[in-house]
Amino acid sequence: MQQYNYKEMIKSNLWDNNVVFAQMLALCPLLAVTNGATNGLGLGLITTAVLFFSSLLISLIRSFLTPQIRIPIFVLLIASLVTIADLAMNAWLHDLHKVLGLFIPLIVTNCAILGRAESYASKNPCLPAIVDGLATGLGFTVALLVLGGCRELIGSGTLFANASVLLGKSFSIIELTPFPAYKGLLLAILPAGGFIMLGFILAGKRIFDQWRAPQAPPIIAVSNDFSCHVK
Amino acid sequence: MKLINEKIKQTLAYPALLMAGVTLIVCSLLLLTNNLTEQPIADRQREDLTKLLNQVLPSSAYDNQPLDKKYQIEIEGQTLSFYRATLKEKVSAIVLFTDSAGYSGKISLLVAITAKGELSGVRVLSHTETPGLGDKIEVAKSNWILNFKGLSLKHPDSTGWAVKKDGGQFDAFTGATITPRAVVKCIHSTLQQFKNNRDVFLQTNTAEENINNN
Repeated sequence: MQQYNYKEMIKSNLWDNNVVFAQMLALCPLLAVTNGATNGLGLGLITTAVLFFSSLLISLIRSFLTPQIRIPIFVLLIASLVTIADLAMNAWLHDLHKVLGLFIPLIVTNCAILGRAESYASKNPCLPAIVDGLATGLGFTVALLVLGGCRELIGSGTLFANASVLLGKSFSIIELTPFPAYKGLLLAILPAGGFIMLGFILAGKRIFDQWRAPQAPPIIAVSNDFSCHVK
Repeated sequence: MKLINEKIKQTLAYPALLMAGVTLIVCSLLLLTNNLTEQPIADRQREDLTKLLNQVLPSSAYDNQPLDKKYQIEIEGQTLSFYRATLKEKVSAIVLFTDSAGYSGKISLLVAITAKGELSGVRVLSHTETPGLGDKIEVAKSNWILNFKGLSLKHPDSTGWAVKKDGGQFDAFTGATITPRAVVKCIHSTLQQFKNNRDVFLQTNTAEENINNN
């Protein structure tokens, strides 16, 4: 019986092997949505839900798959899950759907989901596959939140604007306006600003990792260890 | 644990059958979801439309359910859809959907015109204008769009129906002239279309027509 180190899996997906900050996947939906932290959080949560179900389903049917048709089946499953999520949100979370509706089809283009299906869920039992899916989704959500938050702060001087639409009325307290006098920098909200901001965040992560690496060598061992799981 | 014999997997038919099977299951799931969500989605969309209608028309202006029937009219090759609001069996106002080319794409507008040809209200339904510049046409971002209430073809006259930069009476936004110019022009031409086709727009639907629609 193979042992699964769930703690390391989550840690790896959140930081060392983050979909966005390390694997550089899923940039298309990332840059489209992150002009605000709230939008980022919304898309992150839906993507996590889709990843959860796609990992579960693909892990369940993995023994039936053959190499020739595995990719079409993954695509079919993921596209259907996204369509179901789209319809369900339109019906039962309508206000949120109005904000995010345009971006939901973008989840299909999120290669991270196909990536996890191909490299992990199709080779591992249900439970680890689900944990991996959730951890990947969580890592993506964190990336969306960080980038969305930075762009919103610089671009419009607010943080979590319209969060009450997403999370309910009680969450309106997290809608912040740290600099009321600040009018905002348009560039940060436009896609070009997203690229620039992502570049800064990536550079920041590299510097931090380099600074930490000599003192904490186990980090490298962790990422090697992770790749062993994939076998 | 091997559920399927490797030899069966090697056959030519296996992948095809598996693919067909998965497609079938997935399709039935989608069908089920669609059936479950069809009614709630229609309800939500109608709620949205009712909210919009209340923004552009005072509830005292009509006593029917304008959203029950959608009408269509063809003017100069363009098909416009609209709702009729009636008060005591007479059309008191119409609410019509129109669109105009903005700076970076289509701007969809909802325009309510009273029977007298006055604007009762205008709202932007959707647009792709630059955030922070052209999006001040949204009521959530600025009060600009509210200025149109009560205006008509006579007030202001045709020279006034332009942005200030072009000699008219409407403000443009800093950094965005094309967007307000397009909206003003579109509302003006909608009023003209209404004037030219007033009889068609205001046709009171007879009781007979109502029965046919049910």
